[in-house]
Amino acid sequence: MASKQQILEAIRRQSVAPVEHPGVEGPWITYDDAPAQFAAALESVGGLCHFVADLPAVNAALAEIPEFSAAQRIYSSVPEIGGANVDMASIDNPHALDDVDFAVFSGEVAVAENAAVWVTDEHVRHKVVYFLSQHLALVVRRSQLVDNMRQAFEKIEFRAGRFGVFISGPSKTADIEQSLVVGAHGARSLHVFVVE
Amino acid sequence: MSHSGVDHPRLAAEFVKNDSRAHWHDQALWFVRAKRDKAAQSLPEWETLRERASQIKRNVSANLADYLEEFEANATKMGATVHWARDAAEHNQIVLGLLERHNAKRVVKSKSMLTEECHLNPFLERHGLNVVDTDLGEWIVQLRNEPPSHIVLPAIHIKKEEVGELFHRKIGTDSGASDPTYLARAARKRLREEFLAADAGITGVNFAIAETGGIVVCTNEGNADLGTSLPKLHIACMGIEKLIPRADDLSVFLRLLARSATGQPITTYSSHFHGPREGCEMHIVLVDNGRSNILGSDEFRRSLNCIRCGACMNTCPVFRRSGGHSYKTAVPGPIGSILAPSRDAQQYASLPFACSLCGSCSDVCPVKIDLHHQLLTWRREITVRGHLPWTKRVSMKMARIVLVRPAIYRMAGFLLRKVVLRMPRALLYNPWNAWGKSRDLPPPPKQTFRQIYQQRHGK
Repeated sequence: MASKQQILEAIRRQSVAPVEHPGVEGPWITYDDAPAQFAAALESVGGLCHFVADLPAVNAALAEIPEFSAAQRIYSSVPEIGGANVDMASIDNPHALDDVDFAVFSGEVAVAENAAVWVTDEHVRHKVVYFLSQHLALVVRRSQLVDNMRQAFEKIEFRAGRFGVFISGPSKTADIEQSLVVGAHGARSLHVFVVE
Repeated sequence: MSHSGVDHPRLAAEFVKNDSRAHWHDQALWFVRAKRDKAAQSLPEWETLRERASQIKRNVSANLADYLEEFEANATKMGATVHWARDAAEHNQIVLGLLERHNAKRVVKSKSMLTEECHLNPFLERHGLNVVDTDLGEWIVQLRNEPPSHIVLPAIHIKKEEVGELFHRKIGTDSGASDPTYLARAARKRLREEFLAADAGITGVNFAIAETGGIVVCTNEGNADLGTSLPKLHIACMGIEKLIPRADDLSVFLRLLARSATGQPITTYSSHFHGPREGCEMHIVLVDNGRSNILGSDEFRRSLNCIRCGACMNTCPVFRRSGGHSYKTAVPGPIGSILAPSRDAQQYASLPFACSLCGSCSDVCPVKIDLHHQLLTWRREITVRGHLPWTKRVSMKMARIVLVRPAIYRMAGFLLRKVVLRMPRALLYNPWNAWGKSRDLPPPPKQTFRQIYQQRHGK
C-alpha cells in the first residue's frame, strides 16, 4: 500500500483552488415526438425501430425479419417472445453460447436523443449473449422512452455485481479507411420494438 | 533540441513527401471533424454541456485524492480489487502479477491509451504472454508491428489495399481483396476465436465513478464486452484523472464523448461495470505516471480534463498534415503535445512548436481545455529551460537585436527589400532559409508601412 499513500500524498501536496460541482440539471433537449426522434436516431446508427401494440405483435413482427426466420439458435429473456430454444439457465459455461444466432432481450430505458437502450444482466445469467449473438432484438415499453440522457440516468440504479450497458445500434467499425462496416465483433443487426 | 529528442519537423517532412497520401490523410480526418460539427449542432445545449463537463472535471482535480479514496472504497464494496501504481513500470508489474497468478497465457485487450503509454504489450510479450489487441484498428497496427497513429482511429494512416495485403499474409484473406466489409468480416471471424480462447481480458476505462465504484467503457465494436464476459479475469487500467464524482455526471460526459470523437450521438456500447461477474475477478489499476505533477501546475492542470475523444487531432491542421506517428507519443496531436513535455520536456521539446496557434483545438474540445494557450506556455517553458535548438536560439536573439532598435530595424528592412530579395535564387534559397524550403518568399512591397503612414497623415 506504499504506492497508494505516495500517490495520495503527492496529490494532496498540490494546492488546487476549490471548484464547485455544477450539478447536472438542464434545461436539456426534449422532443415533441420522442418516438419519431428515437426511430430516426436508431436508423442513423444502423438499427431499425418497430412500434407495436402488444407483445404478441412483437412475435408477428419478428417473423417478418429474415435474420430471425433463418436463425437456428434463438435466446429470449422475454418468455412470451421469440420461441427460444436456448435455455441459458442450464448452461454453466458462457463459451457454450457462441452459436446463438438471434437473441431477444427486454430493455429498461430507451433514449430518444441517441437511440440508446439500457439493458442489464439481471435475470440474464450470461451477459455475453448480448455481444456474442449474431443478431439482436430489444423490447421496450413506450412508457420507458425518455428524451435525453439526464432523464435516463434518473431511472437507472447500480448495484454490486450488476452489469448494465447502453446499446445504440448494431456493432460497427470504421477502422478501415473510415468505411462504415456494420457487424464488427458484436451484433450484426439490431431491432428495437417499442410496445405501447 | 538534443539529438535524442523527437524531431517533429523532420518526421513531418517525411510524411508530406508523399503528397497525395498526405492530402488523403488530411481529408479523412476533416471528414470526421465535419461529422463532429453536425453532431454538436444537433444539440442547442452543446456549449452548456461543454461548460458543465469542464467544471465537473475541474471539481475532480480539486478533490482528486478524496474521490480516489471514495472510488476505492466503493469499488471494493462492489467486489472489485483496486491497485495503485506510481508509474508505468509498477503498472506493468501489477498486470503481469495478476495474469501469472491466474496462470493466464492468452490475453485479449480492448483499446486503452494508458496501456499504450505504459508499453504494456511488449512487456507482457517479453514475459511469454500472447496479447491480442481486439479493436480492429489496433489489431491492424499490432499486426504491422507499429503503434496507433490516433487515439480513436488507430489505423487512420493505413489504406485499405495495405490492410488487404496485411490480412492476406497474416490470416489468409484473398490476395488483392481490399473491400472493407470483407476484411472486417474476416477479422471478426478470427478475433472471435481469440475471444473464446482468452484466459483474461484487459480494458481501458473511460470513466470511473467515485460514488458507486463502477467503471464505464465505451466501444463501437463490442470488443471490450466480449473480452470481459468470457474469461474469468478482467483487468481494467486507468489514469487517476478518469474519475468522475457521481453516476449522474455520465449524463453530461456520455453526451459529449462520441459526438466529439466521431460525430455519433453515443458509442454503440457504453458498458457500466460494477464489480465482477459471479465466480470471476475484476481488478482496477489506478495509475499516476506523472499526473499528480501536472495537477500541481496552474498552467497545465486543465490538460487533466481530457476524455481522449481525439477531436483536437481531427481539427488540427498540423496533425492532419503530419500524421500521428510524427509525434512519437502514445497520445499525439495538440493534447499529446501538452502531456508529453510534462513527462519529459527535453525529449518532446519540438512538439509544442508543431502548432500554428490557430486555436481550433480549444474550440472543439468538449471539456474546454485551453489547448493552444497551454501550447504557447510550453514554448516559453521550453525556452526558459534551455531546450530550444541553437538555430532558433540564435535567430530569436538576432530578432531581438533588430526589433528593439528602430534604426537597425529600418536598415534591415531596406536591405531586405533592395538587396536580399534581389539576390540570385541559388543564394537566397540556401540551406539556412527554413521559410523558403517549400514556398517562395513574397515579392518586396513597393512602399514600406512607414512611407504609407507618413503619406496618409500628410507628413
